[in-house]
Amino acid sequence: MNDEVAVARPELEEAARRAESRRGFLIALPAWFYLTLFFVIPLGIVAVYSFATRSSTGRTILGDWNLNAYRRLWDSLVVEIAARTLVLALVTTLICLLLAYPLAYYMATRRPMVRNILLILVMIPFWSNFLVRTYAWKVLLGSDGPVSQLSQALGGEPIRLLFTNTAVLIGLVYGFLPFMVLPLYAALERMDWGLVEAARDLYAGGWTAFRKVTWPLSLPGVMAGSILVFIPTLGAYVTPAILGGAKTTLAGDYIVSQFLAARNQPFGSALSMGMMLIMLAATIVYFRWFRPSGRDL
Amino acid sequence: MSVTAGIRPKSPAERLLATNSWLVFAFFYAPILVLVVFSFNANDNVGIWTEPSLRWYREVFQDQAVLNALKNSLIVAAISTVASTILGTMAALALERFRFRGQKFYDGLLYLPIIIPEVTMAVMLLLFFAQGFQWLDSTIGWSPTFGLGTISLSHIAFNISFVTVVVRARLGQMDPRLEEAAADLYASRWQAFRRVTLPLIMPGVLGGALLALTLSLDDVVITNFVAGPGSTTLPVYVFGLVRRGVTPLINAVSVVMLVASMILVAVSFGFQRDPKSRVEPSSRS
Repeated sequence: MNDEVAVARPELEEAARRAESRRGFLIALPAWFYLTLFFVIPLGIVAVYSFATRSSTGRTILGDWNLNAYRRLWDSLVVEIAARTLVLALVTTLICLLLAYPLAYYMATRRPMVRNILLILVMIPFWSNFLVRTYAWKVLLGSDGPVSQLSQALGGEPIRLLFTNTAVLIGLVYGFLPFMVLPLYAALERMDWGLVEAARDLYAGGWTAFRKVTWPLSLPGVMAGSILVFIPTLGAYVTPAILGGAKTTLAGDYIVSQFLAARNQPFGSALSMGMMLIMLAATIVYFRWFRPSGRDL
Repeated sequence: MSVTAGIRPKSPAERLLATNSWLVFAFFYAPILVLVVFSFNANDNVGIWTEPSLRWYREVFQDQAVLNALKNSLIVAAISTVASTILGTMAALALERFRFRGQKFYDGLLYLPIIIPEVTMAVMLLLFFAQGFQWLDSTIGWSPTFGLGTISLSHIAFNISFVTVVVRARLGQMDPRLEEAAADLYASRWQAFRRVTLPLIMPGVLGGALLALTLSLDDVVITNFVAGPGSTTLPVYVFGLVRRGVTPLINAVSVVMLVASMILVAVSFGFQRDPKSRVEPSSRS
């Protein structure tokens, strides 16, 4: 008798487990279906188009598959744009880090009341419309804008920054700075400050304590913030389109121009695939190396 | 407060930190302030201040193109927020509370729309709709066009993931024993969800919905690609104007959009009193 029960039980458990699995699957299904239709299939179409041929009228000919679009990725113009985008994204990330770290440190070391007020002050630009915030710099940097007027009022030259790389850099730093501040703040606020105190008790100077204790403990925040700034900067389109000029083309606006102006869908698709691979690589590196050390982001 | 242990109050390092912080805040707010001030300028020329006036705000609310774009934006935002909140919440529940086959893959798939550059997603959806419409036309003779429908479908596609991330965070903080307690008291799976889980994750669901709403109202790149004639949203319309130049009218529209963002922030803080559970930032711009 007892044996029968003992045999029956694993089967029941197995059936219950399977029913549970089916239920989970059914709940997941609608979003799965939606993302397959409106994300996975579109992704596949871009991949397929990148091997197609552009006709002389700008139509895409499917069926005549080749690697021509990928070969063009090594053109000097494309390499130059890719290099410029990469450098700009790295510089933007670095400047954001240099501005945001002391700010996040300052915020995390305030009283809770002050801390929350400062946090709201960071959240407001974060939630504000990105387009509007970028446009504000177009107003500021214009040839008769406040920056130029101020310089002239002080007896200087009119400043022409608009449509230069500098303008794009300012716009990117301004646009993405909150993305750096918030994860850094989260990491520093959660940190056990008793460890810093312990280091000081053991006669570590302020700088040594920071270098040996605070900085390593805040590294997950540094990485999360860097990835949150670096990745969208690589694909930035709005900022260069508004603040940049003809000589400051970045990868994002170059891809857009392939679809809306040059009508070269295969080449645009190949560029998109290339950009996507770089992003995925950066993200995978991040998850592999830094994810286990903290749940930040 | 042990948190000040790292630095002594009023030390030079401390003063340097404070100065840097206030400079960064000035950097955050100065451009916005300039924009607001200039939006009240009566002059046709943006750079020359004459006198304060509400002229441009009157013009904004009489501009048919702006009003039409605003209406489109609100329709798209409403549709995509509701749909993505439902789909995203379901996905979050499935991932946090169930074990099923293909879960790892599903998890990764949900992160992709967040990681992928906006430009790439725009390209993907443009080609997809163009190809799909061609196919529908040749198979069943139905030829839909680009418009509010394609914009809404696209916004749902990127919003689902963001809602899922926010709701999952909330579910992760919730004590699963509460659901077990409900089950022990003979609540069905559905009753336990309805009476216990849903009320507890509601701040997360509302936070996710708010994020979806904001992203939908802000999106330029993807909408620009999948919009049809006569179906531009407000940001796409403003983007077109901005590329041509700087005008007092854009200043006024911009300030209206900023005020709308601020209201959303205020609402989001109202939802989530507990600062620890506040909606974490996203990487979309």
